[in-house]
Amino acid sequence: MNEYEVVIVGAGPAGLSAAIECAKAGAKVLVIDENNQPGGQLFKQIHKFFGSKEHKAGIRGIHIGEQLLKETEELSIEVWLDSEVCGMDQDKSIWITKQKEKSHCIQAKKIIIASGATENSIPFEGWTLPGVMGAGAAQTMMNCHRVLPGKRIMMIGSGNVGVIVSYQLLQAGAEVVGILEAAPVLGGYGVHTAKVRRAGVPFYTGYTVKQALGKEHVEAAEIVKLDSNWNTVQGSERIVEVDTICLAVGLTPLIELAWLSGCQFTYLDKMGGHVPIHNKYMETTVKGIYVAGDVSGIEEASTAMEEGRLAGISAAWSLGYYDNEKADMLINEEWRRLNLLRCGQFGLKRKMSKDEILIKWEEMQDANFKNNRSPFDGGTQAVNGISQSK
Amino acid sequence: MEELKLSTAFPKANDYQRGPIPIIECTEEIPCNPCETVCPKGAIKVGNPITNQPTIDFSQCTGCGTCIAKCPGLAIYILHLNYNEKEALITFPFEYLPLPQKGQTISLVNRLGESVCVGRVVKVINHDLYDHTALISATFSKEHYENVVSMKRLDKE
Ligand SMILES: Cc1cc2nc3c(=O)[nH]c(=O)nc-3n(C[C@H](O)[C@H](O)[C@H](O)COP(=O)(O)OP(=O)(O)OC[C@H]3O[C@@H](n4cnc5c(N)ncnc54)[C@H](O)[C@@H]3O)c2cc1C
Ligand code: SF4
Ligand code: SF4
Repeated sequence: MNEYEVVIVGAGPAGLSAAIECAKAGAKVLVIDENNQPGGQLFKQIHKFFGSKEHKAGIRGIHIGEQLLKETEELSIEVWLDSEVCGMDQDKSIWITKQKEKSHCIQAKKIIIASGATENSIPFEGWTLPGVMGAGAAQTMMNCHRVLPGKRIMMIGSGNVGVIVSYQLLQAGAEVVGILEAAPVLGGYGVHTAKVRRAGVPFYTGYTVKQALGKEHVEAAEIVKLDSNWNTVQGSERIVEVDTICLAVGLTPLIELAWLSGCQFTYLDKMGGHVPIHNKYMETTVKGIYVAGDVSGIEEASTAMEEGRLAGISAAWSLGYYDNEKADMLINEEWRRLNLLRCGQFGLKRKMSKDEILIKWEEMQDANFKNNRSPFDGGTQAVNGISQSK
Repeated sequence: MEELKLSTAFPKANDYQRGPIPIIECTEEIPCNPCETVCPKGAIKVGNPITNQPTIDFSQCTGCGTCIAKCPGLAIYILHLNYNEKEALITFPFEYLPLPQKGQTISLVNRLGESVCVGRVVKVINHDLYDHTALISATFSKEHYENVVSMKRLDKE
């Protein structure tokens, strides 16, 4: 059986950043991704990112991806593509299928799950017609495969994803006939909405899609107004001719592997659903299994990279590649950078949810301590301190 | 518009008399500060935390335009109200192809994408440093200075 010190699931911004930190510290790392290209969501993001200079702000997502790949290569990090992680357990043995043909089993000392998220959908009549798709799917089609998903597009959802993908559809030459938002106010950053608005795209707040019409393909969308209780307003239906309906209605963390390996969860609406409980080192309730990026709560690529680094540093530390002093310094620095990104009217909400996860972790440690059971596997150095003094 | 006028970086009436000034339409607390870090004159301040809204000291600004292309929100343009007696000059970021040509007549739009007036392109900068964010400068009749922010996209040839 192949043995690795650290196995990382997912080669997105979180996974690659984690791999780079582990390899820099000297650990033997393997990164696994089911895609045929590393980079996760980054290679679809052709727009310039927010943040500060140290978070590579003002640089397009795709170029940030290239920088990460370059570093990955320079550190000779092993990456398996077209390889899906199908299972793992608490003992950290991992089952992988390569190119959908070969089955592999490997053993890891530490695992970092950076599997990202999956797009949400909403059901409505006609939603199985070709032409109804996720906004992320539309983005993959045009930015990775250079195929325009449609000519006249209706976008459902005005969060950053909906608005950014709308902008990119315009850039690719499609017409966006409208962006629907069920809530009374728009979700995305004002500067993003302003960008598509001055391109002439109308926003419909308090609207949703009732059905997709068409024989073999979407030919029109019926939209309807919602009242303050989210009920449809009779007689407010309108039919809009479109050939594509894009859904940008949120993301859900891809947590199956964390479930399989026995991690404990908490439900946080703002983080996209069930998220693995983790401590400030990104370690889950299963000792030696870490999470980073969207899988630990939906945020952004910039935070995913910082969390990836944090998980990578922590894993390298627990393998003995850093002494406590050095690890402390690096980890505090990561937290400083993360906190920079988690402030302001949007970031603060995310910070509060993230804090709830950390509090949950503390509560569980306390509960285990009081019950006089040995703390479940999942202690960190600090927590181990408690168990030793017991 | 009212919200914009109250925002921290929006020019007051007399600021327009200074010559070319950057107008920053960034009114939310987002974690972002490239406008501050790229300005060679230190005219734009975001400070700490980086979710502060930007402020600008018009007296420091040379109108170089670097901040326009670096802003990921495409939220900055430069307006020269008194470009000549009758016309103002706007320089805005543009990320759609085809790009307009120097001398071309284009339709300038307001914040809702509605045509406001015609403009004449006097300069197009598509510098490598700006990474595919082109800067378009166009002249237009002064009276529309509060409304013009960008241009209508051109049809693909
Ligand atoms: C349309 C859209 C626009 C966005 N715009 C921005 C933006 O402007 N700025 C910003 O900061 N963020 C943006 N984001 C968010 C950002 O892309 C994500 O937050 C970020 O990519 C999360 O990184 P990650 O590494 O956690 O996950 P991902 O990038 O999703 O990577 C996860 C990887 O794991 C792999 N994987 C999953 N499960 C398995 C398995 N079982 N076996 C093998 N491999 C597996 C996947 O193939 C994938 O490559 C956007 C997201 C979307 C969808
Ligand atoms: S135009 Fe140049 S000098 Fe003026 S604020 Fe922008 S970057 Fe600074
Ligand atoms: S760079 Fe643009 S979006 Fe970012 S803070 Fe400055 S003006 Fe706002």
